[in-house]
Amino acid sequence: MAKLLYFAWVRQKIGKSAEELALPEGVTTTGELIEELAKRGPGYAAAFRNPGSVRCAINQEHKAFDTVIKDTDEIAFFPPVTGG
Amino acid sequence: MSTDEVRIQADDFDPGVETKALTRGRKDIGAVVTFIGVVRGDDELKSMHLEHYPAMTAREIESHIVKAKQRWPVIAARVVHRIGELCPGENIVFVGVASAHRQAAFEAADFLMDYLKTNAPFWKFEERGEGGNWVRARGEDDDALKRWR
Repeated sequence: MAKLLYFAWVRQKIGKSAEELALPEGVTTTGELIEELAKRGPGYAAAFRNPGSVRCAINQEHKAFDTVIKDTDEIAFFPPVTGG
Repeated sequence: MSTDEVRIQADDFDPGVETKALTRGRKDIGAVVTFIGVVRGDDELKSMHLEHYPAMTAREIESHIVKAKQRWPVIAARVVHRIGELCPGENIVFVGVASAHRQAAFEAADFLMDYLKTNAPFWKFEERGEGGNWVRARGEDDDALKRWR
């Protein structure tokens, strides 16, 4: 099972901060995972409506959407960061 | 001996204590540059809530300290970032860099702040008069990073 984490407005729109998910058949990258997640309900659809406004990290490292993912990864989705 | 340190905490920090820790036990440091970020207020801002990605944040900042040390002769670096509820005027981040000479300390501190702004996984939610909003990332921060490429 992959561990999915959501932060900031991605978390608010989806309505939860974390969940476990078996990667759906045919999903090999975070970009493909986003497309699948967007079909899971209105909250998910709202969070991923504009994928260009979302960033991701795999196993706590920033990665691009074409990065290959595994069923054991921790995959986080969040808006561009605003610390400092 | 001074060592590198990265801390994420809800409590305020004491810039004097943090600065002293950078030079403790050493005689080869000739320059310490520190930066303090403060919550900037306006007429409507009540407070800010800072959220982060605990498993990633310190690790990400530590990786930028490693990069800074590959680039400049940094002797010690220290980053303290606050999370949780913060009001205008409160400290939000401390970055301190110690080196033998000032140029390396100035540049490495600037570099660390630019990377922190664009890569460290923190998000600010502003509480305003009517409701609130997530702070949007600024293009200027991404542009600032280009100086280091």
